Amino acid sequence: MNAPFFKFGLFNDEVSLIVAVVIGIGFGFFLERAGFGSARKLAAQFYFTDMTVLKVMFTAIVTAMLGVYFLSVLGFVDLSLVYLTPTNLMPQVVGGLLLGFGFVIGGYCPGTSCVSAATGRTDGWVYLGGIVAGILVFGEAFPLIETFYNSTPMGQLTLAQLTGIPYGILVFAVVVMAIGAFMAADWGEKVMAAKKGGKA
Amino acid sequence: MNPYLAGIGLGLVLLAAFVIMGRGLGASGAFSTLVSVGVAKVAPEHASGNAFYGQYLASESNPFKDWLVFEVIGVFVGGFLSGVLAGRIKRSTEKGPSISVRSRLTFAFLGGGLMGFGAKLARGCTSGQALTGGALLNVGSWAFMMCVFAGAYALAYVMRRQWQ
Repeated sequence: MNAPFFKFGLFNDEVSLIVAVVIGIGFGFFLERAGFGSARKLAAQFYFTDMTVLKVMFTAIVTAMLGVYFLSVLGFVDLSLVYLTPTNLMPQVVGGLLLGFGFVIGGYCPGTSCVSAATGRTDGWVYLGGIVAGILVFGEAFPLIETFYNSTPMGQLTLAQLTGIPYGILVFAVVVMAIGAFMAADWGEKVMAAKKGGKA
Repeated sequence: MNPYLAGIGLGLVLLAAFVIMGRGLGASGAFSTLVSVGVAKVAPEHASGNAFYGQYLASESNPFKDWLVFEVIGVFVGGFLSGVLAGRIKRSTEKGPSISVRSRLTFAFLGGGLMGFGAKLARGCTSGQALTGGALLNVGSWAFMMCVFAGAYALAYVMRRQWQ
């Protein structure tokens, strides 16, 4: 059998929308399970008191990365048919910084604000209103920033292609890095808890 | 839920999207469709003359018949289901003890605005870039992810009164 199934025409566009809802339900379910309907839980990441964001994010990345890598090595998934967003380095660096500012100011990212709104949080709904406003400003300003938006194009590019290091070695390196980050996160939480305990 | 278990769950959902659809997850894209359709309703000529709105209005039938729009509807449903099962559905505002609701909501709107603008500039948000591109070893996604954390930590001290 060949995957990605959709790319091999195993089902049509209409069915793909049903798949979208089911995958979305799974996505929203696990975001809420992780506690990401709460802005306080998310923002705590940036004060080292609760490192759940880092743990969940990197566990998810490692799980999907290992899964898709091994399935492609086994010949089950054609990795070249999995869509890779093209890299435009400078707009992505600036956009990333703006997103980081928005994250600590507003307490959510787009996906988590949906879950927050769905569980009744007013700040989640207001945050969604902010996203709509931000996209509208971007759309209106697009003719002015189009040149920058399309600057520093590098095409569809993986870290393996960029560095020349084999894909499998990079997968292994990311796993090692994630384990290191988890250990550092646990240590950071302990230090902050001890500090808080000392104050009280 | 244990964060590592939730992470594995999220990772398997992402893996399912790769294997079944040949694409990753997303969130901000659905709101781009919403904004583009809204602008096209109010000012059709203005919208069709703009390359950004144009890419979300390209579908000849209904622009809402879009994969990300349906996925985000699912996110709302999934989040609600999990919230019901955990008894976490509550009308409230998430904030630290030393800030008023009004200020918190102002910051929420401002943060959402920066996020919306930044996500479009970066061609995706935490879902479409950090998670999806992270798992595919996408160069731009990893640069983006590092910058998200850098930006948030850089402003954390200034924003501490809102959360602590």
